[in-house]
Amino acid sequence: MDFQSCVTIQKEWDIVGARQMGRNIAKEIGFGTVDQARIATAISELARNIYLYAGSGEICFERLETIDRKGIGIYAIDKGPGMEEVSRVMEDGFSTSGGLGAGLPGVKRLMDEFDIVSEVGKGTKITVMKWIR
Amino acid sequence: MDRKLKEVVLENSNTIVQMWLEDVNKNRKEDISSTISDELFESTNREFVNVIFACVEKQGLTKDLDAFSERLINLGWPLSYITDGLQSFRRVTIHFILQESEKVDTDNFTVILYAVDEWVDPIINQLVSQYSGSWENIVSLQRVALQELSAPLIPVMENITVMPLIGTIDTERAKLIMENLLDGVIKHNAEVVLIDITGVPVVDTMVAHHIIQAAEAVRLIGSTCILVGIRPEIAQTIVNLGIDLSKFPTKSSLRKGFQTALELTNRKIISLQETDQEIGKLLDSLDKE
Ligand SMILES: Nc1ncnc2c1ncn2[C@@H]1O[C@H](COP(=O)(O)OP(=O)(O)OP(=O)(O)O)[C@@H](O)[C@H]1O
Ligand SMILES: [Mg+2]
Repeated sequence: MDFQSCVTIQKEWDIVGARQMGRNIAKEIGFGTVDQARIATAISELARNIYLYAGSGEICFERLETIDRKGIGIYAIDKGPGMEEVSRVMEDGFSTSGGLGAGLPGVKRLMDEFDIVSEVGKGTKITVMKWIR
Repeated sequence: MDRKLKEVVLENSNTIVQMWLEDVNKNRKEDISSTISDELFESTNREFVNVIFACVEKQGLTKDLDAFSERLINLGWPLSYITDGLQSFRRVTIHFILQESEKVDTDNFTVILYAVDEWVDPIINQLVSQYSGSWENIVSLQRVALQELSAPLIPVMENITVMPLIGTIDTERAKLIMENLLDGVIKHNAEVVLIDITGVPVVDTMVAHHIIQAAEAVRLIGSTCILVGIRPEIAQTIVNLGIDLSKFPTKSSLRKGFQTALELTNRKIISLQETDQEIGKLLDSLDKE
C-alpha cells in the first residue's frame, strides 16, 4: 500500500512524534478538537504497544476520501512476537504487562473502524479508521 | 616522499589558499549566508585556512585550532562549515599536487592520498569531537533543566498543595511525579493535593494508569488527591478508553478543585470587605451602648 507518511517507532519519544504527526494530519483533514484528541490518543496506544511488546515498528497514515465523506486511516505495523489469541487482547482489562489493559479495546471505541491481524512469531498489523461526521 | 609533499604544499600555500577560498565561496551554503555577513565569512575563511596550514606545518593539532573551533561553536556556526571546508581542502590540495607532479603512477597516487588524509583527518576528528562535546553538554544541561520543571509541587497554603503538570508525560517523568508527590505530601504535611493536568496534551492509558497509582499512593499515606484541569475532550477520550476514575475526586478546573480542598480541610474563603463592614456594624452597635 502507498502510505503518505510513516513514523518509525523505536524509542519512547517516537510515540510523541507519531502522535503529533497524526494530530496535524487530522487537523488538516478537518477533524474537530474532540476527534483530534481521540485520534491522538489512539495513536498513542498503538505506538506504545509497538514500543512495549514488539520493540520496533511503524505507524503510517492515510488520508481517506470518498464521494460523500473524509477520514483518516492509521496503520500500526510491527514484526514483533504477535498475539496468540486476538479475542483475549480485545477484552477490557487484559494485560500481560501489568497495565490497565484498556489500550486496544479503548482504541476500538475511540475509532470508527478497527481491524487486527496478528500471527505468532510474525508480527501484528492493526488498521483503524475514523470518519468526519 | 611525505616530507617532500609537505614542502611542495607549504611553499605553494598562497596558490592553494586561493584555490581553497574559491572552492569554499562557490559551495557557500544557504544557512550560513543568511545570517553571516560577507566580511565575517571571508575573515573566518582566512583564519580557518591559516589554522589548517599551521596544523599541516607543525604536523599536529595546535592551540589555535582549539581556539578557532571554540569561537565557531560559540558563534553557532554549523558543523558542516568545518567538514565541508576540510573536504574542500583535501580536494584542492590533492588536485594541486597532482597538477605539479609530472607523472603519477598508482603507487605515487596512493601515497599522495594517504599523506593528505593524514593531515586532514586529525583536524576533522578534533573539530567534530569538540562540536559533539558541546552538544552533549547542552543536552545534559537541558535534561537537568527539564527534570527540574517536570513535576513541581506548590504548597499554596497550609495542608493544600498543587502539582501543575505541563507537557508530555513519559515513563521517566511519571516516576518523578510519583516520587515528588509522595515526598511533597509528607514534607508539606498536605491533607489535600491537587494534580492539575490542564497542560497535558494526551491522556492515554499509560498516563491514566500512573495518575491512578499516584492518587492511590497518596491515599495510602492518609491524604486526598484531587485530579483537576480535565478538559472536555480529555474527559471524552478517558470515557472512550473505559478508564474508571470514579475512585477519586475529579474537578474540571483548578478553581473548583481548590474549593473542594478548602471544604475538605474545613475552611472557606471570605471577603475581607464584608467582614470590615460587619466589624464596623459591631463597633457602631457597641458605641450606642
Ligand atoms: N503490537 C503488539 N504485539 C504483541 N502483543 C501485543 C501488541 N499490542 C498489544 N499486545 C498484547 O495485548 C495486550 C493488551 O494490549 P492493551 O494495549 O489493550 O493493554 P496493555 O498495553 O497491556 O495496557 P494499557 O492499558 O496500558 O494499554 C498487551 O498486554 C500485550 O500482551
Ligand atoms: Mg497498551
